[in-house]
Amino acid sequence: MALLDVCDLKKSFDRTQVLRGISFSMEEGETLSVIGPSGGGKTTLLRCLNFLEIPSGGKIAVKGETLFDAADPHSLSEAEIRRNRLHFGLVFQNFNLFPQYTALDNVSLALKLQAKALPDYPSRRRELNEQIDQNCEELLRRVGLGEKLRHYPHQLSGGQQQRVAIARAMALKPEVLFFDEPTSALDPELTGEVLNVIRQLAREKMTMVIVTHEMSFAEAVSDQVLFIDDGRIEEMGPPSQVMHAPQSERTRQFLRGYER
Amino acid sequence: MFLTVLNSLNQGFFKALEIFALTLLGAIPLGFIIAFGSMSRYRVLRYPVKLVVWIVRGTPLMLQLLIIYYGPGLLLGNNWWGGGAAGRFTAASLAFIFNYACYFSEIFRGGIQGVPRGQREAGQVLGMTNSQIFFRVTLMQVIKRIVPPMGNEIITLVKDTSLVRVIAVYEIIWNGEKFIKSSGIIWPLFFTGLYYLAFSGLLTLLLGWIEKKLDYFKV
Ligand SMILES: Nc1ncnc2c1ncn2[C@@H]1O[C@H](COP(=O)(O)OP(=O)(O)OP(=O)(O)O)[C@@H](O)[C@H]1O
Ligand SMILES: [Mg+2]
Repeated sequence: MALLDVCDLKKSFDRTQVLRGISFSMEEGETLSVIGPSGGGKTTLLRCLNFLEIPSGGKIAVKGETLFDAADPHSLSEAEIRRNRLHFGLVFQNFNLFPQYTALDNVSLALKLQAKALPDYPSRRRELNEQIDQNCEELLRRVGLGEKLRHYPHQLSGGQQQRVAIARAMALKPEVLFFDEPTSALDPELTGEVLNVIRQLAREKMTMVIVTHEMSFAEAVSDQVLFIDDGRIEEMGPPSQVMHAPQSERTRQFLRGYER
Repeated sequence: MFLTVLNSLNQGFFKALEIFALTLLGAIPLGFIIAFGSMSRYRVLRYPVKLVVWIVRGTPLMLQLLIIYYGPGLLLGNNWWGGGAAGRFTAASLAFIFNYACYFSEIFRGGIQGVPRGQREAGQVLGMTNSQIFFRVTLMQVIKRIVPPMGNEIITLVKDTSLVRVIAVYEIIWNGEKFIKSSGIIWPLFFTGLYYLAFSGLLTLLLGWIEKKLDYFKV
């Protein structure tokens, strides 16, 4: 069974239709890259999948469990939306770290808040929080920031901030991790360290969806590439096909812009 | 004589201090409530709240004091405040709280809306509830943004307390001025200025210290 199933997903803002029916599915451990021209709806797709926007149509299912179905008349409650979001993680283009917390606290905050809901929290508070801190320190070490645990975001470079953001998303053990142009806000010399972390995650078989303009990275890291234009999937397939033998004229045109 | 004056000024200063403290205590939470009202997505709430804030900010506090104190008695034929000093003090406190809550609400609204949308969204995708996002993510950034403008309002409040005399709440200037009539001396009035200077100086130091404490992060 597919890990993530997206079926005919649609989204309109007022009268402009931004997503015109997106369908794809992913197996566990796969990496999917999403490419396409500006304004094509890539960010909107990620925002819909993370319930930052409520889709206007279609279905989203994880491991066969339907998280969202526009045909279902009952609308999702706050709590249901929150539960749905926990299946996924999202790394933003501009990091969105919490400036008032250290790198470690950024990563551990959500887990600590979750721990508070445990029935035995009052009696095991210390132990639980220490355990969380240990796990989060380990995560930060894995993204190469073991030396920066107590640094605040403004004391970190863009690449370091984005790596904290990745660790923060990983802390909740999402089933699928989404990236929206994770290196677009970075100086060119800082993109490498972030891409390396994502490559490492791909090797560890993290299931990921990566919106990116880094074509050679997308080609190297992905199992599938999805080309989105004007709210539709124009082409989908393994990178060797989409990037080297595209069927669609639109894809060819788009890729030509990246040659040279 | 000096001790008599000092005693009287101290009493007046204490009254002013009470108004000051009560106003902050009441106007900060009320200001947050009004701020949320003025940002509500429901027009039936948002527009009336904005109208009230506009009226309160657009008219003198002195006028509001008079209306709140005399209004109930003259318009409704029922003086809620009673005739005594305690009633006048209550009326003055309520007028101050309401007036300052409206000013604060605009500062809070600016502070809350100044927090980038991405902060909220980062909290949301981490599965936080709305109240967790407000208290754990947004609030500290709001506080950092509002401390400087709040500082200005608080210093203004120190001086505004002198207005309560219009409904015969005996604050410090009133107590200083009465020596002009009773003893023909003016130095007590100058002396009241020292109280204001000392107190607002103290507050300026305190606010500066808070700003410095919040310097550990940047927004
Ligand atoms: N909240 C919104 N209200 C109205 N229109 C929106 C909204 N969000 C996005 N859009 C529109 O939807 C379209 C797709 O936007 P989206 O940000 O998803 O594109 P994108 O593929 O991520 O582009 P880019 O590569 O520039 O990031 C754009 O035309 C945009 O103007
Ligand atoms: Mg985008």
